Amino acid sequence: MTEEEIKKLIVDYVIREYLDDDTTEVKPDTKLISSGIVDSFSMVSLKTFLEKKFAVKIPDDKATPQAFDSVNNIISLLREFGINPT
Amino acid sequence: MSHFGTYEERAKDFTWTQSETEIYEGVRSRNIGYLCSDRICERGLGQKVALYWEGFTGQKKVFTYDDIRVYSNVFAKYLEEIGVQVGERVCIFMDRIPELYISFLGILKRGAIAQPLFSAFGEEALFTRLDDAKTRAIFTTRKHLNKVRRIKAQLPDLTKIIVVDNEGKPLEKNELSFEMEHRPKVENYDSHQVNTETPSVLHYTSGTTGKPKGALHVHGSIVAQYITAKWVLDLHPDDIYWCNADPGWVTGTSYGIIGPWSNGITQAVLDAGFGVDKWYAFLQDYKITVWYSAPTAIRLLMKDGVEKVNKYNMPCLRHLCSVGEPLNAEAVLWSEKAFRRPFLDTYWQTETGCIVITNFPGMKVKPGSMGKPFPGITAAIVDPKTFEPITKPGTVGLIALKPGWPSMIRTYWNNQTTYEGKFKNGWYICGDRSSIDADGYFWFVGRDDDVINTAGHLVGPFEIESALLEHPAVAESAAVGKPDPINMEVVKAFVALKSGFEPSDDLELEIMNFIRKKLSPLAMPQEIEFVKALPKTRSGKIMRRLLRAQEWGEEIGDVSTLEND
Repeated sequence: MTEEEIKKLIVDYVIREYLDDDTTEVKPDTKLISSGIVDSFSMVSLKTFLEKKFAVKIPDDKATPQAFDSVNNIISLLREFGINPT
Repeated sequence: MSHFGTYEERAKDFTWTQSETEIYEGVRSRNIGYLCSDRICERGLGQKVALYWEGFTGQKKVFTYDDIRVYSNVFAKYLEEIGVQVGERVCIFMDRIPELYISFLGILKRGAIAQPLFSAFGEEALFTRLDDAKTRAIFTTRKHLNKVRRIKAQLPDLTKIIVVDNEGKPLEKNELSFEMEHRPKVENYDSHQVNTETPSVLHYTSGTTGKPKGALHVHGSIVAQYITAKWVLDLHPDDIYWCNADPGWVTGTSYGIIGPWSNGITQAVLDAGFGVDKWYAFLQDYKITVWYSAPTAIRLLMKDGVEKVNKYNMPCLRHLCSVGEPLNAEAVLWSEKAFRRPFLDTYWQTETGCIVITNFPGMKVKPGSMGKPFPGITAAIVDPKTFEPITKPGTVGLIALKPGWPSMIRTYWNNQTTYEGKFKNGWYICGDRSSIDADGYFWFVGRDDDVINTAGHLVGPFEIESALLEHPAVAESAAVGKPDPINMEVVKAFVALKSGFEPSDDLELEIMNFIRKKLSPLAMPQEIEFVKALPKTRSGKIMRRLLRAQEWGEEIGDVSTLEND
């Protein structure tokens, strides 16, 4: 997948699963955790989604609010686990 | 110098009359809405800042006491104009924006009952609570409107859906636009005259069985909330106070609105999710002096170490308290290193309305202890069978309180029988286990039921299990708390699938999100274990305690009633 495709995949998931209004726009740099779009409890389901989609295991100490705070941050995190966009 | 002095002095001759005198002297009304706004202005503090507010994007707003007086009048008058009657329930369902705090006072001024609900609740959790309370009106925002829209057809009593940030967007039947700062100002509004027993706030809390219960508070609760805020939180006139709790829960109203504002204190609110740097910057930038937080947040901060704290300049911070779940000794010791003062643990519940057992400023802290009863509160540990007080130090029993303090709930909404069941042998039984040491300090042991305490919030297993059964793949389920180093407990679900469904990662994620959207992120199982069948008694009841014991590594106990395979 290209970086754009990965970003779109995650953005679409966030919009579908965590947003319930049509007024909030999500971009790759939109704050997810610190904005409250994804709360700290729901991070687990976002982590599960990423692990399943990219066949990786993200250790709990890497799954921090900072690491999940935007789609761009998540891309950086995935790179640590060898998920490199083509 | 703290307000509190020494424990012995305060406990010796305390009566609630002391607080009544301070709060009610020279007032025109005993309405909490008036007492937290008009009364402060009448004492010459109208231009003092009541609220510093910062949103997640960095947007800032400032409201003086005169502002919150006038704007809460605007809310009250509006409710009157649209026909909301005295005693009707008005829900507040929004993030921590200024309208949440100010509408709370306005609803009370109107004489209606404020029903704040956590904005992360999903539609089913919202429906259960609005349906039970027969709520007449709801204040919400565009962000949460769709949840209300999906359930409003099943709520015939909910005839006023008020959107506070609509900005001209299309609205449906029974929906109204109300923008606080664009309404004509209301300089004078006669708050509905109340007595101390007039209902004020309805907070929903979870139990082991049945639906969530509406804990009904009264206007007289302010007597306890005022003095506990003053003495335990040690609020002084020049303080800048930050309470992390969301007013969808009782801490957020008792000590996020009533406590500080009845004391005429400036408070700061950050409407943003958790972020270590964001929080430290907030403490620094707003020169917070008193901080009321929660163990989960403290443990998250601990992960980034003292070094992170040292990057910020927080010389004003002088008093720290914690609530929601037991504060472990490590967190107390860490805060002494990080902030040069301990977090003081405070214990109370939705039903108590105010802090009842606590560590006090100036009192010796025993890290890991809950502290001692607030003066005016008679607390004991009672035997779980006889409900007689246990006098032997170190013996574990049930925490029990002598009824009669001002902020105790007066009933559960529509559920007087359950309310009466909380009293045994003349004691109110809290549902928690503890012991008392030889010095009179209480030491928390755990819940006495299956309710899950996750990050300081009580989640009822029955509500989760009921929702799980609505998923097309789930045949039967059990929800229990499992230990978690940050949140104390998180929800774990055991699920047996219907024939034709197979366990998979996809299904686990689907069920997680299903519960999150229906109930709330707090109720979402953080782990799902697929099982062939659940352990049951011979009469078919799921043995939740057996699953819980397995998660906690405890002895399983008596399984003589376990159904044979």
